[in-house]
Formats: sequence, C-alpha cells, structure tokens
Amino acid sequence: MNFYLLTLIKTGLIAFVLLTALAYIQWIERKVLAHIQLRPGPYRVGPHGLLQPLADVIKLITKEGFIPSHVNLFFYVLAPLLAVALALIPIAVIPFGPEIDIFGVRTWMQLTDLKIGALFVLAVSSVGVYGVALAGWASNNKYSLLGGLRSSAQMISYELPYALALAAPLLLLNTLSFREIVNAQAGYYLGFIPRWTIFQAPLPQVLSFIIFLIAGFAETNRIPFDLPEAENELVAGYHVEYASMKFAAFFMAEYANMVTVALVTTLIFLGGWHAPFPAPASNYIPVVAHVLIAAIAFYHGTQPIRSWDKYTFPATGVICLGIAGLFLVPVLQPILMPLFWFIAKAGLLLFVFIWIRGTLPRFRYDQLMNFAWTFLFPLAVLNLLATGFMVAVFSK
Amino acid sequence: MDAFLFLTFAAIAVVCGINIIVQTHPISSALSLVGVMGALAVLYLMLGAEFIAAAQMIVYAGAIMVLFVFVIMVLNAGGERLTKRSAYVRIFGVPLMAMFLGLIAFVIQAALPRGEMVTFGAFTRGGPADVGRALFTQYLLPFEVVSVLILIALIGAIVLARKEID
Repeated sequence: MNFYLLTLIKTGLIAFVLLTALAYIQWIERKVLAHIQLRPGPYRVGPHGLLQPLADVIKLITKEGFIPSHVNLFFYVLAPLLAVALALIPIAVIPFGPEIDIFGVRTWMQLTDLKIGALFVLAVSSVGVYGVALAGWASNNKYSLLGGLRSSAQMISYELPYALALAAPLLLLNTLSFREIVNAQAGYYLGFIPRWTIFQAPLPQVLSFIIFLIAGFAETNRIPFDLPEAENELVAGYHVEYASMKFAAFFMAEYANMVTVALVTTLIFLGGWHAPFPAPASNYIPVVAHVLIAAIAFYHGTQPIRSWDKYTFPATGVICLGIAGLFLVPVLQPILMPLFWFIAKAGLLLFVFIWIRGTLPRFRYDQLMNFAWTFLFPLAVLNLLATGFMVAVFSK
Repeated sequence: MDAFLFLTFAAIAVVCGINIIVQTHPISSALSLVGVMGALAVLYLMLGAEFIAAAQMIVYAGAIMVLFVFVIMVLNAGGERLTKRSAYVRIFGVPLMAMFLGLIAFVIQAALPRGEMVTFGAFTRGGPADVGRALFTQYLLPFEVVSVLILIALIGAIVLARKEID
C-alpha cells in the first residue's frame, strides 16, 4: 500500500485514540482521586460522569479566550502551542505493538522507528520545558514567573537522573530503537521469568526503574513534584493568566507527558507488549479478566440499588463478554494480545501516577533540589557504573 | 525532498541567527538561538549524524539554553537600548564584515577537498556506537583533554561562586 496513505491513516488513528485517551485519563484520575478520598467524583454528566470530559472540552472551547493587556503577546500565545506540540511529538516514535497483518497489508503498530528513538524522546522532553518557562515569563505575573522559574530549575535537575536511569537498561539492551528494545526483552528465563529489563541478567534494573519513575514524576510536574503549579503558594503557577483553549493546551500537555513517560517506562523496563508469562496461558488472561468484570456486573445487576441499575449493569456485562469474545478470535489475537498487555502495563503505571497524587504531600523547594542532587543523581551514577561493570564482565 | 527540507531548515537557521542580533530583548535572542540549534539538529539528522543531532537537542537546546533562559528570567533583564552607531562603525562596518565573510569563504573553499559534493543519505556511520568508538579510539586524547577542560571550568565556577558568599 502507498506509504503516504498508510502513514496518514495511522497518524489519524493514533491522534484520535490519543486525544480521546487524554480526555478520559483525566476522568479516570478524578474518579480514582475521588474514591481515594471517599467521594463519588464526577457523577452528573452521563452515567458515572462518563460524558464529563466531553462537557469539559465544550466548556473550554466556548469560553472567552481573553488576552491580558500586560503580557508579551508573541510568547504568551507561543507558549501553550509549544507545550502541547512538544508533549505530543514523542508519540510518533512509540510502538504500540509488533508488526501486524491487516487485509494483507503488513505494517508496524508504530508511526516511525528512529534508530535513536530513546534519545529522541529524551531530546523532545528536555526541550518541553520551554512551554512552561515561557508561559511563566510572558504572563508578566509574579506567580507565573515563579512557577516558570521553578519548572526550569526542576527540569534541568531531574533531567540528569532521568537520562542516567535510562542509560543503564540501554546498556543491557544494546540498542536505542524502540522496536529492538522490545524485541531484546522477548522470551523467558527458565520458561516463566520474563526477560524484561527489570528482571534481566546480569543486573536486574529495578533500581533504574525506580529512579526513572521518580525523575519521570518530576519531569511531568506531578505531585509530589508539582511545585511549578503549587496551588496554595502560586495560585496556579505558570498558567495563572491563561484561560479557555490556551489553558486546555497546558492541561493536555501535562497529561500527554504523563502518558509518554508511562509508555516509555513500559517499553524500556517492562518488556513493552510481551506477556508476563509464556503464550498459550497468557492469551486467556484478558478473556478471564473481562469475564470476571462481566460476572461482577451481572451480580450487581441482580441487586439494583437505583432503578436504572437493572439495565446498566447487565448491559456493561454483555459488553465485557463481547470484548472477551473478541480476544478468542484467532485472527484478531496477534493484534489484540500485544495491545492488551502494552495498555495494561502502561495503564498500571498511570494508575500509580494517580495513586501517588492521592497519597503524597508536596516537597518543599529545598528538599526537592537536595533530593535530586545529593541523592538521586549520585544513586543514578552508581547504578550506571554498576550496570556497565556487570555488562562488561558478563557480555560475550 | 531532501533539497526542499535542507533549504527550509537552512533558511530557518539563518533567519533565527539574524534574529539573535536584531532582537533587543535577551529572551527573544536566547530563543532565536534555540531555533538555530533546532534547525541545525535537523540538518545533522539529514546528513546522517543521528547521535550528534540528539546530543545537540538534549545538551544545547534542552540543558544549556534552558539555563540561559532561567538566568535571564531570574535577573529579569529588560530590553537592551540601541545606542547611536559610532563613526568607526558607520564607515568601516560593512567593508570589514564583507572582508571577514570573504575570508571565511576562502578558508572553507581552500580547506575542503575539491569536486566532492555532500549527498544526503550517503553517510551512515553517525549512530551512537560509531561515535562512541571513534571517541574512545581515534580521538581519545582530544576527548580526555576536553573533559579535563570542562572540569577546570566547573571548579573555577565553584571557586568564584564561593568567594561571593564569604
């Protein structure tokens, strides 16, 4: 098939799925946070607030996009554009699954594979701070400026452990292309321990994984590292002066960064789309999971608390059974299985992001800097040296 | 396609480069410099120097320039004011610049081998492995000397900063 046509279709598909997912990750975050705090969360718009993201989008689009009079106009408008563009670009090199065959067309579930894919993600995410820093400066507001300053200082500091923790598993995998990174993690030790980098000999990269995740939290400005937008100190930090779609752009950029960190962590540390145990057994896990959800839904359908529960719960159950059935179709299995495992792992990481937001308080600024420079950075250097030593000793 | 991409990014690099000195505000100049670095990174990538392109973005655009912008923001530097050009500049400025550019063009012309045009895609040994091997075999001494130089600069900066506090 024509390369351009194929790429256009894939780009459209990924853009649509990603943007929808971004809106719904926000819904999931609000729901999970609410349940952590014993609240119902969004509940009014649609069943269980499922249409809340749509309502939010409409609200943000139709709001008046005013521009304050005291701002530096060019950079004020450029900043959100820059933030959202740089947050979405890394998705282009991320593979979502292996090479698949659809109606005779063989293609990878990935837009493009760079030979330096891992470095590309690092490069784009390191430039991503300009959006936040410029927004803070161009707004001409002291809270914004403080937010922008904190963000750039934090990004420079945490970039180092982030990159060093990324380098250690790359020493084991011996490649920078995401396709090869995932392929190098295929297979199992003793038939059941997956060869993911966090388990891989000669040195399991558990420490790198933890450092990478912590630095990733800081890179995405999430709690406990959300000092650039600390509400109780800086009102809202760098985006105080932004409203309507320009604010939505920052919001989207934050979630896109979060998704990128989760996907890259999955690819590099958790074996990408490879199942946690060998094939015939692992293929039944998604089926069993969906059937279990269906069973729970049917059970609750028999004991309705609200009048509409009699219909909504069984309907959910039927949908879940349908999805479970899809996983059993042999033609669809090579497409759905990798996708399931990849999304399951990345989704678990995203859940950890939200869980930590609901659990931990914010760092104080000096603690943040001390933690990066006196603890995380030396630890990452030692970890890299140890990994390099082990690879040098045990490599053929 | 290659020529089109090259011309586009070369034009961006030149325009941003001119913009650095035209702009009066330090932030605008700094960001123009980031633009130059980004455009150069794309040109490196087109020439097959993938690792250099990524390093350019990570180190220069992503770390050093962020620090520059940070410092400009902390100092809250305002726009520079243009002074009237002195008599020397008005008389000798343009001829001296033309001479300088001519000199650079001559040196490049003389230093490069003749009759060899660069073609996009011809060079394929720009990956991290190749660069690493070259750095630690062929260019080991310059590499180590540069790292010592950077260490000296680092120690110097710390010494200077300490004096201020005492």
